[in-house]
Amino acid sequence: MTLELKNVAKRVGTDTHIFATNLTLATKGFNILLGATNAGKTTLIKLMTGLERPTSGEIWFDGKNVTGVSAQRRNVSLVHQFFVNYPNMSVYENIASPLRVARIRGPEIERRVGETAELLRLTPMLRRRPSELSGGQQQRTALARAIVKDSALVLLDEPLANLDYKLREELRDELPRLFEDRGTIVVYATSEPSEALLLGGHTATLHEGRITQFGATAAAYRAPPDLATARVFSDPPINAAAVVKQGGEVALNADVRWPAVGAIANAPDGEYTVGVRPHFVAPAQQSESAVGLDGRVLVTELSGSESVAHFELGDQTWVAQSHGVQAYEIGEMHRFFVDVSRCLYFGADGALVTAAAA
Amino acid sequence: MRRAIWLVPTLYIVFLMLPIYWLLNMSFKTTNEILGGFTLWPHDFTVANYVTIYSDPTWYLGYVNSLTYVSLNTVISVGLALPAAYAFSRYRFVGDKHLFFWLLTNRMAPPAVFALPFFQLYSAVNLFDTHIAVALAHTLFNIPLAVWILEGFMSGVPKELDEAAYVDGYSFPRFFFKIFVPAIKSGIGVAAFFCFMFSWVELLLAKTLTSVEAKPIAATMTRTASTAGYDLGLLAAAGCLTIIPGAIVIYFVRNYIAKGFALGRV
Repeated sequence: MTLELKNVAKRVGTDTHIFATNLTLATKGFNILLGATNAGKTTLIKLMTGLERPTSGEIWFDGKNVTGVSAQRRNVSLVHQFFVNYPNMSVYENIASPLRVARIRGPEIERRVGETAELLRLTPMLRRRPSELSGGQQQRTALARAIVKDSALVLLDEPLANLDYKLREELRDELPRLFEDRGTIVVYATSEPSEALLLGGHTATLHEGRITQFGATAAAYRAPPDLATARVFSDPPINAAAVVKQGGEVALNADVRWPAVGAIANAPDGEYTVGVRPHFVAPAQQSESAVGLDGRVLVTELSGSESVAHFELGDQTWVAQSHGVQAYEIGEMHRFFVDVSRCLYFGADGALVTAAAA
Repeated sequence: MRRAIWLVPTLYIVFLMLPIYWLLNMSFKTTNEILGGFTLWPHDFTVANYVTIYSDPTWYLGYVNSLTYVSLNTVISVGLALPAAYAFSRYRFVGDKHLFFWLLTNRMAPPAVFALPFFQLYSAVNLFDTHIAVALAHTLFNIPLAVWILEGFMSGVPKELDEAAYVDGYSFPRFFFKIFVPAIKSGIGVAAFFCFMFSWVELLLAKTLTSVEAKPIAATMTRTASTAGYDLGLLAAAGCLTIIPGAIVIYFVRNYIAKGFALGRV
């Protein structure tokens, strides 16, 4: 079973929300739509549900053209970022409502609602109204409504974004289990790269209405096709700086230069943009090939076991992310080390310099 | 200072309740006592005024007439305002904001302006002196009001609720009546209350468009005063009874009204 978008585009007035997009989604694992706010994730999801019609292009589902089919007639489920449930119905009736609309028999409804509630640990709350539940339970109810239908396509639009940290982790761990072996195409929109990496499957990165990359999550992370995609798929943001390649060396400025290794080695001389993920910028020398950068520490953040430092280098701000608690002095100079074998290089057009292209 | 903290609310309530108390006070007096002198409570206590109202059809039919056209008006106004408010809150169309404002301006015209054309029009189509005539005339200012109030409540319901229902397979009518209307029931209560109130207190159109069959209670009161001299006790009793329907309706929507204020739509 597949969902295919063929040259699907969406324009509203003179604004293009989605540029012509080709995408084939399958049942295996999660399909993650990764993009910043306003990148077009929700629009794309609405197109997939049938709530909105594409301006041009076709949507095919399981070998059938469903472009003009309304959301009611497509076998889809949707979970919103906000906890959307029917306020006047009990949790039981909320979960049962898609089945009632589909005219399924009473005992069957009872059985399926019971099973789904058990799966989402909602059984003790079935008699309550959604407004009497915690945020996490409300979102579980919405998930239960999506799952109980056994629909062929489940769309999750940032379902965890409005939950607090603990609940988010808990529900994120459960999600893959909920959809295991259901033979459903699951689409999961998120703005957090870490969520994409945790949920695995396939990732499509969205940037300003365009899908810039689609592939297995880990592979997509390792080889972004261009700088914009690398920015989308990096948290904290990827460090980007202009460099000049000359001969066998890459120069960041007059003082900092390192040997051109990897894909850049065979590229022609000229100006490039180097992209360094923050966790390849270390506060101490870890390998022989690391090159030192002297920066003035501006801000430091400590998140659990990770230390993040923002430092000033020339007129740019760089970010370094490392394990453990690092002793940075704000306003002081510190020598950071870049693992040059992990650097990504982008050409003048923004495209990744690959070994093959060179 | 702290001991005087009860003073302001007490004075406020005293001044607020004084006219109502005086009306109630008068309704239990005889006309002679009312005209005879100043008494703080009825010395010559009588319920004769109320008995007159309950036994004389020209009196109690006034209430029946008023309640009939007011209820009709409330049903028509809220019934027509629901789809209109839904359109204003959910769709963007050419001139939607202008239309919404134009609707509100109907509220600004004094009813007296419409009294004469309405009288002529309703007479021409044989609706003069019927309950539906008054009910229709009052929709002039009640539909805009109901649309305004309901639009506020509807816009408070996220569009995602509509989407969720469509994805779940709900057709539009089923979604509207099964999910959407219950979700804004407090707004419907508030809108119904205001329609009821404005229709209940409006006298000019109601009086102009009726003569005998559909004569409202307020008209009965003014006519009685002019023919049978000043039967003040009877008028006070009638006045007390006109407060009751409003008081009953406001009791049921008292909690929703606060919500309406919070949305800035009341």
